[in-house]
Amino acid sequence: MSDVSSPEAKPIRQLDHVVIRFAGDSGDGMQLTGDRFTSETAQLGNDLSTLPNFPAEIRAPAGTLPGVSSFQLHFADHDILTPGDAPDVLVAMNPAALKANVGDLPGGATVIVNVDEFNKRAMAKVGYATSPFEDDSLSGFTVHQVPLTSMTVESLAEYEVPKRDAVRAKNMFALGLISWLYSRPVESTIAFIERKFAARPEIATANVAAIKAGWAYGETTEGFAVRYEVKPATLPAGNYRNITGNTALAYGIVAAGVRSELPVFLGAYPITPASDILHELSRHKKFGVTTFQAEDEIAAVGAAIGASYGGALGVTSTSGPGVALKSEAISLAVALELPLVVVDVQRAGPSTGLPTKTEQADLNIALFGRHGEAPVAVVAASSPSDCFHAALEACRIAVQYRTPVILLSDGYLANGSEPWKLPEIDELPDLRVAFADGPNHTLDNGEEVFWPYKRDPQTLARPWAVPGTAGLEHRIGGLEKRDGTGDISYDPANHDLMVRTRAARIEAIEVPDLEVEDPTGDARVLALGWGSTYGPIGAACRKLRAAGQSIAQAHLRHLSPMPANLGKVLASYDKVIVPEMNLGQLSTVLRARFLVDVIGYQQVRGLPFTSTELESVFEEVVKNV
Amino acid sequence: MSETVAARTAFDLIPKATGPQAAKDFKSDQEVRWCPGCGDYAILAAMQGFLPELGLARENICFVSGIGCSSRFPYYLNTYGMHSIHGRAPAIATGLAASRPDLSVWVVTGDGDALSIGGNHLIHALRRNVNLKILLFNNRIYGLTKGQYSPTSEVGKLTKSTPMGSVDYPFNPLSLAIGAEASFVARTIDSDRKHLTSVLRAAAEHEGSAFVEIYQNCNIFNDGAFDVLKDPESRDEALIRLEHGSPITLGKDGQWAVVRTGWGLGVAETASVDPADIVVHDETVEDASYAFALSRLPGLDLRNTPIGVLRNVKRPTYDSIVREQLETAATSAPKEEELARLLNSGDTWTIL
Ligand code: SF4
Repeated sequence: MSDVSSPEAKPIRQLDHVVIRFAGDSGDGMQLTGDRFTSETAQLGNDLSTLPNFPAEIRAPAGTLPGVSSFQLHFADHDILTPGDAPDVLVAMNPAALKANVGDLPGGATVIVNVDEFNKRAMAKVGYATSPFEDDSLSGFTVHQVPLTSMTVESLAEYEVPKRDAVRAKNMFALGLISWLYSRPVESTIAFIERKFAARPEIATANVAAIKAGWAYGETTEGFAVRYEVKPATLPAGNYRNITGNTALAYGIVAAGVRSELPVFLGAYPITPASDILHELSRHKKFGVTTFQAEDEIAAVGAAIGASYGGALGVTSTSGPGVALKSEAISLAVALELPLVVVDVQRAGPSTGLPTKTEQADLNIALFGRHGEAPVAVVAASSPSDCFHAALEACRIAVQYRTPVILLSDGYLANGSEPWKLPEIDELPDLRVAFADGPNHTLDNGEEVFWPYKRDPQTLARPWAVPGTAGLEHRIGGLEKRDGTGDISYDPANHDLMVRTRAARIEAIEVPDLEVEDPTGDARVLALGWGSTYGPIGAACRKLRAAGQSIAQAHLRHLSPMPANLGKVLASYDKVIVPEMNLGQLSTVLRARFLVDVIGYQQVRGLPFTSTELESVFEEVVKNV
Repeated sequence: MSETVAARTAFDLIPKATGPQAAKDFKSDQEVRWCPGCGDYAILAAMQGFLPELGLARENICFVSGIGCSSRFPYYLNTYGMHSIHGRAPAIATGLAASRPDLSVWVVTGDGDALSIGGNHLIHALRRNVNLKILLFNNRIYGLTKGQYSPTSEVGKLTKSTPMGSVDYPFNPLSLAIGAEASFVARTIDSDRKHLTSVLRAAAEHEGSAFVEIYQNCNIFNDGAFDVLKDPESRDEALIRLEHGSPITLGKDGQWAVVRTGWGLGVAETASVDPADIVVHDETVEDASYAFALSRLPGLDLRNTPIGVLRNVKRPTYDSIVREQLETAATSAPKEEELARLLNSGDTWTIL
């Protein structure tokens, strides 16, 4: 901040990590504030992880508890795995934000409140009979009562902005203050604001002024005696950017198109929290990505199947309710043996459930949710940036094995973010496959013919023969097909063979062995997870190890087929603990398949696990082996 | 943009056959399994006879169907084909047609498939004007599931599921298609091969979604449903044969004529009207009200049923606009390079 004069430098204290939560009304711009602070932090080289949490309503009633939107950010000078269990600092823009979040604060936390909003009516609305600053409800915390609204308005007095816009800039004032407090550079935010409001320069000016005023306030007020610094983390060398799961997933699909040299066709119907994948992919037409906003979920998957039949990489993105609707069409793709990627960004169900909250309760529908014996491949992403690689892997399996693949992400991964070490393009997997271009079978009479269901002996995949290829004209469909020729067949033995073959070809998919992390090498307990629980499980294991205990961790990327060594891994530990944000869906599968008495631990609160919670669960298990 | 679209024909981007084709080239080796006497046979024969006329490379023709008797159609044609799931053929074909401009894509569907379970896909395919030819075989009954009433069955239909008569009011498929912004709407009859072929040709030549209702006799579960339109005794009084540019009349000697009445069109005795008041058919009328009014002429008894092309207007197709956007966005840079640029976009930083 060169143009903000520094009256007198305040002492700087070093921290190794900080968890900040910005909370306010859904109209207060907390997500933007959090995003900007994240970006500043990322550029500083900290490792970080974020957790946005917002209501399903676009503008929930102002000042109410259900209307509170928050953004939590954990940043550190070392490699971290989660957005943090509990905030060290809470920025509360109104009484509702304080009330909704104060219960999550550990003793000694810092609370920065916008005291201007703590009038009688606003406090009464959320059930504060007396002001929380006057009773002892905040006694365990360091409370900064900052008149954010009035100072913002005051600092913008000299600009020609309507009062309403001045008031709205209070989140930028708060951002300036917090950026000062944690020594974050705000230049990129200023550039961002100028870009965002290029068409309305007066608003840009006001917001930039608010940021600077917030920064200056930190420097001058006596309320904040020290500043903090969190040194950059020593992450592996490379180029980094911060990325959310949905963006990473969309990029993964673009990359799969490039690496397979296939046009990508996305069929999608808007649904929370998956819509951003549609939005993102619709911006990448230059890669030959077609996005089709369909009339419904069924048309979305249907069109993707049609495109795949025509030789494109057919993808459909949705959440649980959409997967349910697509189920019949996915079964068709199983019968047709065509590539199809179904992205399920899971949210809390059943039915509409909690559309903006996370859950991993769609494992069952992914594995089993179809009529008939209709096995598909299932792949799960484990962190926001991992969504990129998981998407590439899903596409690899789909095109190489000509099968539907369900790619599981969830609301936490979708909207959460973390630094991502950018991959080199030529190190990404080569996904090129060849279309069929001629006869593949010789009849007894010597005639060369094309058999649409004659399989590759290795992959068991049938040829991908796209319309437009002369001599390969053939008909496919949902009716049972004769092995090889693909003709309609009602023969019992053939049906039995085809059902078994469809199962066998999923099992034939080559997936890497499960890797186990056990630094001490003597663990007797294995913590096994899948999907977005990777961070909290990993963080809990680290804590336990730091306390001198041994525990092994493994995480499943492939849920179908499962890694070949999984049974052996499970059998080599005395106890296996499986935390899941459902009622034990993976546990049930493991018990059924491997006859292993796994211990399940479940929580379905619409929020990720905290590492503290898992640490105590794991500790219990480790103690009792 | 609209100029290039208008200048285009439906076949511009589709490779042509290199040699002469015959009907037998379009017969697949599969045994046809409809009930003997089913109207589907006639439609299949007409199609196999007509496809060689198009002169398109056989491998660039694709039939997509849903579920129902009619949906077995693709199996019997030696082109590419997909027999998909109930009601979803227009959606699947949309994905195929939108990504493959070099294909002539046909959807074969029935009254239950297109208007009941697949109603949503049908109307959206039509409004988008995807380059698809949708053939709806209307037999006014569920054949494959053995005889329940369908969304085009007349009220009071006695079927296995409606022993006291069906209660719900039927769709008029052409009215529905026109309401759904279809740019091409036609009707024909299974038994009139010549007419059927002429309508198929017009549909094939139309760039965009073409909707063709084909009255098809299910001789097992709804035999004679269209007899009034086929019987030499009654057909001339019941059928209106639309000819682009000709006054619309019916009756053996044209003793009836279509004239404007009230909000729409009606039938009057030719002798009683001024010849100048007889409507001259123009399938290219932009205002959909005209085609809609034609579609409303018949009552539930099928008298005054227009056949032929009711509506045939030009509108940019969904797939051509999608393609244009892709072409506009395309760059000459290698895709790998573009990908590296994409991943490195936004705020990045380097750790040494
Ligand atoms: S049931 Fe009817 S429509 Fe179906 S094949 Fe038999 S006659 Fe044709």
